Amino acid sequence: MQLNVTGAGFLTTIQDFGRVGFRQFGVSSGGALDRHALRIANLLAGNEENTAGLEITHGNVRVRFNDERIICWCGGDYDVQIGTRLIPAGHSTLVSASDDLSISGPRHGCRGWLAISGGINVATVLDSRSTDLRGNFGGLDGRALRDGDIVPLSKNSERANVWIDNLRTERIAQWSAPQTWSQTATVNPVLRVVRGADWNRFDDVTIRRFTSEAFAVSTDSDRMGVRFDGPELHRNDDIDLVSEAVAPGTIQIPPSGRPILLLGDCQTIGGYPKIAHVITVDLSIAAQLRAGGHVRFSEVLIANAHRLLLERESELERFRVGLSLRDS
Amino acid sequence: MEIIPLGDSALILRVGDQLDDAAEETLNEILEVRDRLEEAHIPGVIELAPAYITVAIFFDPLSVINDGAEPDRVIELLIQKIRESLPPGERKRRKKAATRTVEIPVCYDPEFALDLEHVARHAHISPGELVDLHSTADYRVHCLGFTPGFPYLAGLPKKLATPRRATPRKEVPGGSVAIGGAQAGIYPLRSPGGWNVIGRTPLRLFDPEKDPPAVLRAGDRVRFRAITRDEFEALKQCN
Repeated sequence: MQLNVTGAGFLTTIQDFGRVGFRQFGVSSGGALDRHALRIANLLAGNEENTAGLEITHGNVRVRFNDERIICWCGGDYDVQIGTRLIPAGHSTLVSASDDLSISGPRHGCRGWLAISGGINVATVLDSRSTDLRGNFGGLDGRALRDGDIVPLSKNSERANVWIDNLRTERIAQWSAPQTWSQTATVNPVLRVVRGADWNRFDDVTIRRFTSEAFAVSTDSDRMGVRFDGPELHRNDDIDLVSEAVAPGTIQIPPSGRPILLLGDCQTIGGYPKIAHVITVDLSIAAQLRAGGHVRFSEVLIANAHRLLLERESELERFRVGLSLRDS
Repeated sequence: MEIIPLGDSALILRVGDQLDDAAEETLNEILEVRDRLEEAHIPGVIELAPAYITVAIFFDPLSVINDGAEPDRVIELLIQKIRESLPPGERKRRKKAATRTVEIPVCYDPEFALDLEHVARHAHISPGELVDLHSTADYRVHCLGFTPGFPYLAGLPKKLATPRRATPRKEVPGGSVAIGGAQAGIYPLRSPGGWNVIGRTPLRLFDPEKDPPAVLRAGDRVRFRAITRDEFEALKQCN
């Protein structure tokens, strides 16, 4: 009922869907930077969608279990192996006690999510098991995992137990999630955005640059946000704005002109102009941006953002139904 | 009153453009809007977050659609429901009892007050006068943000307004009581920060194990009480 961390990698944290209702106290929503990837991985590990799993940044992680588990991972272009056998993304896989699970550095993208049947059983803090690295709470002692950590697991669900029996010979299930859900890293992606409150503070030329040029991802990026080295965008006025709410997906333009795309651990309020917001369905791609990569932004209407979300949800519903047919 | 989208899953309701001299009135209006929206239980709305002149309204677009909204009209429908739950001219008067006053003990010992002399010099007063001014003023919490539990306080005596440090400190100790421009604040947790630190409170202003996790809430009145180093150590023991 535990997971032994033999190699913690660059930054591995325990995450579920994060926190709702605590922004008024300055607490970020946090959680898996790609919730959709975590929910797919969880479904394929026989878990509830919001179960706590591991968020892995830049890989080089090794873990070992002390009992049988179904696992599934989704995210960047990683090599995930049990011993020498490769486990493709989005496939339910049986791991046995003392199996070594290793996750290499990614060829593309930067993050991956590993769901384990039963889920990670650390205490809930403010209604979530997610690690808040700024507030140092949640997860395991409010910090990233270290070599030698022992992470408690809950017992397997009934569904997972059925799958464990069914997978004894083949180990890796034939069925899988759609590749666009399980492998989310793309080279030089386009992120769709809706207009922000301060869109009109930028002149037409600047807006054209924003929606046509490629922005270079800076090394100075983390779970709070992705910074870009350029091109720089400057607004027409220099009115001091009153700080107000920001959210994951918000693109701020600080005085340097270099955009910052906020992610899950961002502050709850900010005072920089908000030029645009990445739409919810594209946060999966935003979570994979890494230094050296480039990204473009393309404007859509909010109605489109909602329709895309609804389409994905309908597909997901069909996927859930399909999955329930595998139980017998 | 203006309501604009903050991405595809939140709206921002603004009661003004600038934080003017009527900050107190604006704050009361914001708190009232928040309370009314809380009571309205609009389907799909999951979280409200006040800040200065705005209330952010977070929603789950799929819940709004499940509740009957056409996928193309989620924003329209929500704005309509928000406006309906805030009828003009029908403002209830907030009861005085609803505003709490929280006393925050502060030790202005030189070991804690990293920038006290700098702020005093900037204000052309002695460190003692600074402590008097700071600890006799009435403050109000406008919002919490920056880090969990960090209160942005209005009510700093104008004389004490001091620009933020040109280079932020990489690490400000937890409990640091500080001045940033015309605002006062308290760093509940050890964090980076650019405000001028003039003292430290032994109180633990943010504790994720508690419900609510923060001692202060938007709207609270705050008074600082000067304490000695001994009192600081004694209070620290009980926290």
